[in-house]
Amino acid sequence: MSQAEFGPDLVKVFGPSQEDGGPELVQLLTPEGERVHHDEFDLDFSAEQVRGFYRDMVLTRRIDTEATALQRHGELGIWAQLLGQEAAQIGAGRALRPQDYVFPTYREHGVAWCRGVDPLDLLGLFRGVDHGRWNPNDNNFGQYTIVIGAQVLHATGYAMGMQRDGVVGTGEPDRDAAVIAHFGDGASSQGDVNEGFIFAASYNAPVVFFCQNNQWAISEPIERQTRIPLYQRALGFGFPGVRVDGNDVLATYAVTQAALQRARDGQGPTLIEAYTYRMGAHTTTDDPTRYRLSDDVENWKLKDPIARVEVYLKRNGLADGGFIESVKAEADELGVRLREGCKALPDPDPKAIFDFVYDEIPQELAEQRDAFAAYHASFEEAH
Amino acid sequence: MSTRITLAKGLNMGLRKAMEDDPKVLVMGEDVGKLGGVFRITDGLQKDFGEDRVIDSPLAESGIVGTAVGMAMRGYRPVVEIQFDGFVYPAYDQIVCQVAKIHFRSKGFTKMPIVIRIPFGGGIGAVEHHSESPEAQFAHTPGLKVVACSNPVDGYWMLQQAIACDDPVIFLEPKRQYHADKAELDETQAPEPLFTSRVVRTGTDVTLLAYGPTVKTALKAADAAASEGKSVEVIDLRTLSPLDMGPVYDSVRRTGRAVIVHEAHVNLGMGSEVASRITEQCFYNLEAPVLRVGGFDTPYPPSRIEEDFLPDLDRVLDAVDRSLEF
Repeated sequence: MSQAEFGPDLVKVFGPSQEDGGPELVQLLTPEGERVHHDEFDLDFSAEQVRGFYRDMVLTRRIDTEATALQRHGELGIWAQLLGQEAAQIGAGRALRPQDYVFPTYREHGVAWCRGVDPLDLLGLFRGVDHGRWNPNDNNFGQYTIVIGAQVLHATGYAMGMQRDGVVGTGEPDRDAAVIAHFGDGASSQGDVNEGFIFAASYNAPVVFFCQNNQWAISEPIERQTRIPLYQRALGFGFPGVRVDGNDVLATYAVTQAALQRARDGQGPTLIEAYTYRMGAHTTTDDPTRYRLSDDVENWKLKDPIARVEVYLKRNGLADGGFIESVKAEADELGVRLREGCKALPDPDPKAIFDFVYDEIPQELAEQRDAFAAYHASFEEAH
Repeated sequence: MSTRITLAKGLNMGLRKAMEDDPKVLVMGEDVGKLGGVFRITDGLQKDFGEDRVIDSPLAESGIVGTAVGMAMRGYRPVVEIQFDGFVYPAYDQIVCQVAKIHFRSKGFTKMPIVIRIPFGGGIGAVEHHSESPEAQFAHTPGLKVVACSNPVDGYWMLQQAIACDDPVIFLEPKRQYHADKAELDETQAPEPLFTSRVVRTGTDVTLLAYGPTVKTALKAADAAASEGKSVEVIDLRTLSPLDMGPVYDSVRRTGRAVIVHEAHVNLGMGSEVASRITEQCFYNLEAPVLRVGGFDTPYPPSRIEEDFLPDLDRVLDAVDRSLEF
């Protein structure tokens, strides 16, 4: 008796979930800093553009290392590190137009940087003085969302709103808009992410699903989330998926720009899997030595997103030592500003607990607030 | 000017009026388009307002509410239909963690003018998950407002008021009443504010508190009690979060007795909070402990015995008698 055949072995068809990026990895700059070309996603980058990416990545890494240090000094409650993911975030962030809208996770510090959100505002959230004080509509950069994957549905709904506002597929470059939804490999298992895919496909919504596959969901490796490469899942939902070298800022920029344009043009959603690695811990409370090999980390160090751009710039005479030094000096200045600024962030007034729970505060809550204020004041009078 | 309408018609007319008044109002849900919803509350709306404003959604409640959040962020005012009470739970995370908290999280930068309509309560002979009363779970969540209509006229006005509200509103509709009693609607008659309770029958001996489907039961109980010479005051709470306790305290201070009736489980139900507040505010006026009548602390039973689970006329009258005898 032979067993019934249920189609081909999918792992044989698609490849395993993790194969050092796999053959379909879009790459424009190798880890050694060599510029390579791609049939579909190639772009001409000016020297100024590449220097800009370099500067963005160095400054973003400085935000991350300063914040990590501030947490160690007790100035932040926690910090979600992005070390190693600078290229994925800067490539995606710089591909956006002002009218596009970003829905981040809590790790999108590089995208926040690209959108002009003050890094001190990010520190405020992790210090615990607020839940993120930036106005999402100032920079079209949504609030950090802690619940894994929840923002993917918000992004899809926002994109559906754009469709109704007539800002999709008009052919006017300054008018047509798209949404980018950030999430990670762990989130790809969440129902909300999969429902976001389904809604976006059903309504052909202008949204780019940007998954940073950093290989780890806290301690769980990518194999716990998927048997096949994540980008392949898009086909099952009815839209294209592409895997890009997330440590290659040029490739990430090129692929994201193409996907965003596709969305703006009214051609619907795309899934981008930015293949990268979380070099640090999940957050400052995590200890990755308990669950992963240092060999892996050492291998990924050779694929550093910043080092390859520096080699490329120097080798091709696109930047001199003066430029590299000036970026370093700028990072030092940013570090000072963050250290001093973080410590100077004021604690909120305890009565702020009651602010903005509602647009129109109910009488019963106002009474609770006033009673608390009177209780608080009674201590001051006692002094 | 006035017409006789059912609750279903009142809600349908209210939705239509809100959509006419504000082009940002959208309707989203399963089967709300051509079918007009399984209870026909959205009947005819897609035909008149188009598929962009009356949106048949994929069969995924978290997806419906989550995308409604995104639409609200873009400046729309989504009215979401959850098909049945027991199917709201896949959306529970989006409602409790996102809808309820985004205004607070964003320091007021992002408003959440979403209405989530939930047909609730039992008595329709349905299978499991179609007869539940989850209101306490939402009333317990800061950031949400929760209301329950009990009659056609309130259905018409309260839904429009909820849609106009800039805070998210869980809007509970007693599904058993959808196509039951008709009432006279006079659209020129200005409504009371949304977040208010209302005395629907005056009395002097006991205060009977109800909302949604149990208002009808309470009124019947008051009728029956009157035939035995007992004068029962009935209050339709209408708003569950915030509660509007002023009229309740006024009443209980006069009657000295209070009984609250809901279909939801008694344990940690709305009655627990109402009883606690009455005790705090009317302690010296009380002649008897505040009594609660509700669904038992069991899952909703199979429909052949659901009337034994639901608080009916006799159980309400029994509680009224116990209060009076205390």
